Amino acid sequence: MANNKKKSARRAQIEQAVVYPIDWLEERSGLIGGLKYFLFRKVPGDTNWFHTLGSATLTAFLVQLITGVILAMYYKPDPDKAYESIRHITDDITLGWLVRGMHKWGASVFIILLFFHMARVFLFGAYKYPRELNWIVGVLLLILGMLEGFSGYLLPWDQTSYWATVVGININGTAPFLGPFLSSLLRGGAEIGPDTLSRFYSIHMLIIPGAIIGLITLHLYLVIRLGVSSPPWSKEAAGADRPEPETTARRGLTQPAPRKGIAR
Amino acid sequence: MNAGGESSHGPPPSLWPVGFAVGIVCILVGLVVSWPAVAVGAALTLVFGFLWIRDVSRGYSTPPPEAEEQEPSQPALASAAPETSEAATYPRSKFLEGATLGLGAAIGAVVTIPAVGFAVVPAFVDQGQPDIDLGPMDNFPQGEWMITHFQLRPAEGDVTRRVAYIRYNGLADNEPSFTIISNRCAHLGCPVQPGGLIQPDKTKDQKASGGQEISITPVVGLSSFTCPCHGGSYDSEGNRTAGPPVRGLDRWTYKIKNGNLVLITNYSVSTVEGTGANAVINKFRLTGPGQHVDGPEQIFYPWQPPT
Repeated sequence: MANNKKKSARRAQIEQAVVYPIDWLEERSGLIGGLKYFLFRKVPGDTNWFHTLGSATLTAFLVQLITGVILAMYYKPDPDKAYESIRHITDDITLGWLVRGMHKWGASVFIILLFFHMARVFLFGAYKYPRELNWIVGVLLLILGMLEGFSGYLLPWDQTSYWATVVGININGTAPFLGPFLSSLLRGGAEIGPDTLSRFYSIHMLIIPGAIIGLITLHLYLVIRLGVSSPPWSKEAAGADRPEPETTARRGLTQPAPRKGIAR
Repeated sequence: MNAGGESSHGPPPSLWPVGFAVGIVCILVGLVVSWPAVAVGAALTLVFGFLWIRDVSRGYSTPPPEAEEQEPSQPALASAAPETSEAATYPRSKFLEGATLGLGAAIGAVVTIPAVGFAVVPAFVDQGQPDIDLGPMDNFPQGEWMITHFQLRPAEGDVTRRVAYIRYNGLADNEPSFTIISNRCAHLGCPVQPGGLIQPDKTKDQKASGGQEISITPVVGLSSFTCPCHGGSYDSEGNRTAGPPVRGLDRWTYKIKNGNLVLITNYSVSTVEGTGANAVINKFRLTGPGQHVDGPEQIFYPWQPPT
């Protein structure tokens, strides 16, 4: 009996040791509460596996982010060295082939998952009020994802990537009015020169990823704020048990404005 | 103070922001099209910006109608009435808010404008083109096509390596005449290939006076040029014969210096009539692949004066 009591006292001590730093952090930042709010928020009971495509896309992006940062440790964006450094990564450096392969194939996985996620949102009608803005943010993310593909394709600096990029830049150049401006901007001059490769490298690993991270943050914020939508076959009417907004509330800002013609 | 209280506290509707916006658009379009348009745009922006700011700031010098009489239901306000009327002339909080935003914007602009300019403007500065010495004219026998490799800018290395197809046409009016065709396809910029028998074993490598390696390979029986990317085809004068290109192949201007053939600059071509030394070439300023220089589609691209 005494032994048992002692054991539970130790247990309490250990618990105390675990909980204390968490409490310390929570008291000073509220981060733990925020994390709980993010992870344990309510979702409709009839969500299904299709609803995981968004987080799958996010995971694919994180893989690109991490493998890309590591590849940047070995890659040299210089016309004389780029091809050789890619060969060095693939053939010589331990596990280089794996990380480069993950980045190369992961790029396609990211784009494919983007489209699957987009198709899910479209077919479920999840882009409708009040989630239109999140659709627009998603389209911007799709465009930036494609630009990542375009700018990353040049970096191996072999014949395929060089000529594909020449053609890609010149296709941009044939756009009416602003085309010639755009192609000069991409090349960094009238001709592809020594700075074009490092320009694409900077766009690929700094400018666009920064924009993508910002937009993903906004995308997730809107998901948390607006909640996950039910599938179209759901028996629960959307918003059926939503309390009537109080008259003092600013309708249309903190609460969706009540709409006519929706079956409640 | 104005009589009556129906007017709102915000600045009155004004046309100045519209003029301001037109000025900004003028500057941006001018950056692409021409410098005088930039100057006009800058002038518009400055004038309308000044008028706009004057209009907005006038709202403070003539105080807005008093709020006391409109909101009699709030008794707390009545006791503070003298204070509000004093504050309404120009509240300190408003001044501090404006100062923070204004100074912040100014500091932001000082940092951002050079940085963005550094990223964008160098792409549009004409860097000129050094002359390219291809060595003695004897390398180019009369009537034979030569594949010539050279570097546009030897200082920038092999990334500027280019190819031209060169044929010596003999003397015309006692001046040596050359046909010098760029290998950049007029569709999307892939390298066009010569339709003829290439003789790599007769390649001549030589150091030119510029210090760069020039390689010259003869082609026998060249009758056409074809692009491997999308099948654009050209005749031996560079006229488009089939496929997607929108004009003929670009050409080079040249001069003879101390008996050496020297490339000067390249230009775009719509069509060529005739052949060799007698060819009549419809020249235009150099444009990117896929951009029309003639025909109705040319209105979509910056204007190309025929040269």
